[in-house]
Order: sequence, then C-alpha cells, then structure tokens
Amino acid sequence: MKISLLFFFLPTIAFAQQSLGDSYERGKLLYDDFCVRCHLSNGLGESGLVPPLVNADFLEDIKATVHSIKYGIYGPIIVNGVEYNGAMSPMGLDDDEVADVTNFILNSWGNTSDVMIDEQYVKKVSKVKL
Amino acid sequence: MKTKCLFFISLLQVFVACGQTDVNISVPDQVNYSLELVVPNLEIPWGIAYLPDNSLLITEKQGELIHFKNGKKTSIQNVPDTYVRGQGGLMGIATHPDFVENNIIYFTQSSTVESEESGGNTALYRAVLQDNALQDVTLLYKAKPNTKKGSHFGSRIVFDNDGYLYFTVGDRGKRDENPQDLSRDGGKVYRLMENGDIPTDNPFVDVKDAKNAVFSYGHRNPQGMTKHPITGEIWTHEHGPRGGDEINIVQAGKNYGWPSITYGKNYSGTTITKDKALPGMEQPLYYWIPSIAPSGMAFIHNSKYADWEGNLVVGSLKFNYLERLVIENNSVVFREKIAAGTGRVRDVILGADGFLYLAVENKGIYKIVPKG
Repeated sequence: MKISLLFFFLPTIAFAQQSLGDSYERGKLLYDDFCVRCHLSNGLGESGLVPPLVNADFLEDIKATVHSIKYGIYGPIIVNGVEYNGAMSPMGLDDDEVADVTNFILNSWGNTSDVMIDEQYVKKVSKVKL
Repeated sequence: MKTKCLFFISLLQVFVACGQTDVNISVPDQVNYSLELVVPNLEIPWGIAYLPDNSLLITEKQGELIHFKNGKKTSIQNVPDTYVRGQGGLMGIATHPDFVENNIIYFTQSSTVESEESGGNTALYRAVLQDNALQDVTLLYKAKPNTKKGSHFGSRIVFDNDGYLYFTVGDRGKRDENPQDLSRDGGKVYRLMENGDIPTDNPFVDVKDAKNAVFSYGHRNPQGMTKHPITGEIWTHEHGPRGGDEINIVQAGKNYGWPSITYGKNYSGTTITKDKALPGMEQPLYYWIPSIAPSGMAFIHNSKYADWEGNLVVGSLKFNYLERLVIENNSVVFREKIAAGTGRVRDVILGADGFLYLAVENKGIYKIVPKG
C-alpha cells in the first residue's frame, strides 16, 4: 500500500520540478528578447532609471509583479526605497509567456520563490487592481 | 619640422581610424526656455506629425491614432489592428508632401497581415484622413516573415525633396539572418514612391532575389530619421546593442555594417565582433557610448530658437532628455542636454510654427518655449 502511494506521487513531483525548469528556460528566452535591454542581463536595471529585479521588494507581491508584466506599469513606483517614475509598456505576451518570464525573474540572480506561476494564475489577474 | 609634420599626420590618421574624438555631453548653466505641456495624459506617444492647421497627429504605441486640435483629442477611426508585442506597436507617422491638397497620411505599425507565420512584422500604410476616420486604407509594404520576436520593428517615415518615401524596419531580433541579407526584410532602410511603387532607380532592383524596396542595409533598429533642411539628405540614427548607437546619413546601396561591425557589445557585456570597421561598410557619422537609446530626430531650421540654428536634436529614452548636437562638416562638435529629467523622449519634431514638440512616455506632448 505504502509503495503504491509512493508510485502515485512520484511522477507528480517529478513533473512539477520538470515544468518549473522548462518554464524557467522558456522564461529566459523571453527575458532576453523583451526585458534585457532595460533590466540588463544581471537584473540590476539602471540606477535611478530602471528598477532592479535582483532582491527587489516589489517582487514580494507576486500579483503586482504579474500585473505589471501583463498590463504594463506607469510610474511612480518605489523599489527598495528608491522612486522610479518611468513607464513600461505591456509587452503583449500571452498568459503562458507571462508565467514563464515571471518564473524566470523570481528564480534568477539569487531570487528564490516557493510559488510556481502558471497560465491559469496569470489569466486570473485582471486589469483593474482589486 | 618635416618629421614633426609627418608625425602629426600619422597621429591624425590614427585618430581617424579609431573613430571619433569623445564629445562629452554638457548641461547648460542657464536654461533659456520652458517646457509647456500641450497634450496631457498619453501613455506611449510614439510619433507626432504636424498638420497645416497647427493640429497634431499622435500615434499611441497601443494602436490608437489621435488627432489633437484646439485642445481636444479625437480618436481616429478605421486604423488597422496593431500587433502589440514587445517594441511593436503603432509607430511612425508622416504626411504626404501635398497633404494640403489630398489629406494623405502614412503610418507604420507591427502587423500580422500577409504572412502565414504566427507573430508580426512591420507594415507601412497609406490612407486619407477624412472626418476623423481613415479612408482608402492601403497597405504599401509588409516586411516578412512574421515572427513572435519582440524586438526591433523600427520604424520612422520621411519624404525627401524628390518625393521619395523612406521608412525603416529593424532587424526583428535576428541579427545573423536579416540585416546583411538583401533577400530578407529587416535591418533595412526602404525607399518607395508616394503610392507604394518601387522606384526604378532603387539600388537593388536588378539584383537577383533582393528586396527591391531596399535603399540601404546593415541597420540594427532605426527609430529616428529626418531630412537635412539644407542638403536634403536623409539622416537616421539607430539603437546599438550595449553601446554603439549610431547616426548615419543613408545613401543608396550602402551597407551600414550591423552586425559585422559595431562599436557596441552584447547586453551581457560579451563581444559581438572584434571589428569596428571593414571594407565596404560605412562608418557612422557619430556613435554613442554608452547608449542613450535614441528615438526621434529633427533638425532645427527657421525656428524660434535662434541660437540652435542648424543643430540636430535626438530624444533619449534611457536618460530622459533631449540631446542637442552641434554638427560641423559632418562631425559632432558639441552635445547638450535639453529638457533634462523630462522623461523617456520617444519622438521630437519641429512644427511648421517653428517650435519643437517632444513626445514623452507616461506624460504627453511638450512644446519648448524660448524665454523672453
């Protein structure tokens, strides 16, 4: 009985790990196409002009993070105590792509996250902030 | 004396071979102009065109075409659907040289049409502006193939003194495939007749498999283009990668080198190519290191700014200012920050009223008004 339970769960766990890895890899490609020229390869942004993604307190609110990638963000915002008053236009990514690039950002440059974002999560983030 | 002279000449040659002398950007001690917000509440105003009745046409990246007249915004109807992705959107806008007679306008946008692949690429349209709507909307050119890549669509539109229309398409994120291949779209400046026909004297009309609309190639992502008011030449600038934004005067059939030569590096800091110059490839008139992320470009001529006559102005997306460049004998000799800290300057035009208009992201359209 115990063994059969293990067999039941094992593929699920393996699948979850694999899909985060896959999502991260897809997210990296999207990051290099859509994000890198402002936020840079190291995620540090530009002092005073483009907010950092490394160790950024803004990313603790995952819903706000997804919202900003999905719908764009128009300043001012405060990241790690510094105000940024720019604009990031919506990138026109599909919901699954927003999930991938979010997973990449939340798990790069020393950032870690317990939550894996998927297409369904992104779909539920509506334009009007609740 | 002779040796000294020779030494000096060889030194001079080294300077020339190494490119340009550094020109640091200045910040003026005293600002003798003010900024007046004439069109508020815009998201990403990408392009502006000045109409003869002193009104403005404004493209919003998200796909809206706005007519601003007598303090009121009107959304123009019948604009084809924009494929909004990454840097793509509703972009360049220009009026026909005989707009007063025919009300014809041109615009570029990222678009899904005329290609079976998913994604989009840059399209050039012509239409008649009538009763707050576009009539006779005609697709003049569509870059192919479509791709879901989010970068480098261009795109600006300019007419020269002979009535040729020029527009730009960036390399669409495929630098090793597009800019150096004349049979592929992307990484090019194109030249058409006002009705979209290919001019018979275009440089590559007789080259097998070449795209006949191509005027010059080897470009990365030109988002600034303007006509020189005296010479009539077409000047462009383009985004480099990390460093290496360029100003070029485009000439028929010339190769501007991307990505075989560049003064820039990859965003990661790694090398793209060791070559900054190669035979058969044009050197830029000027290059920026670090990149300012140039967008929009205009010459100041017959303007309200007597001190700036003949200067070039370029928007900086990255550093939130307008750059004024003094140019002598096709060399940049002085650079200055105008409107420092205003925001991401996406476009700049000189209106027929002699004033500069700036399109600033997240803000709107500003007019630069000289004091006194």
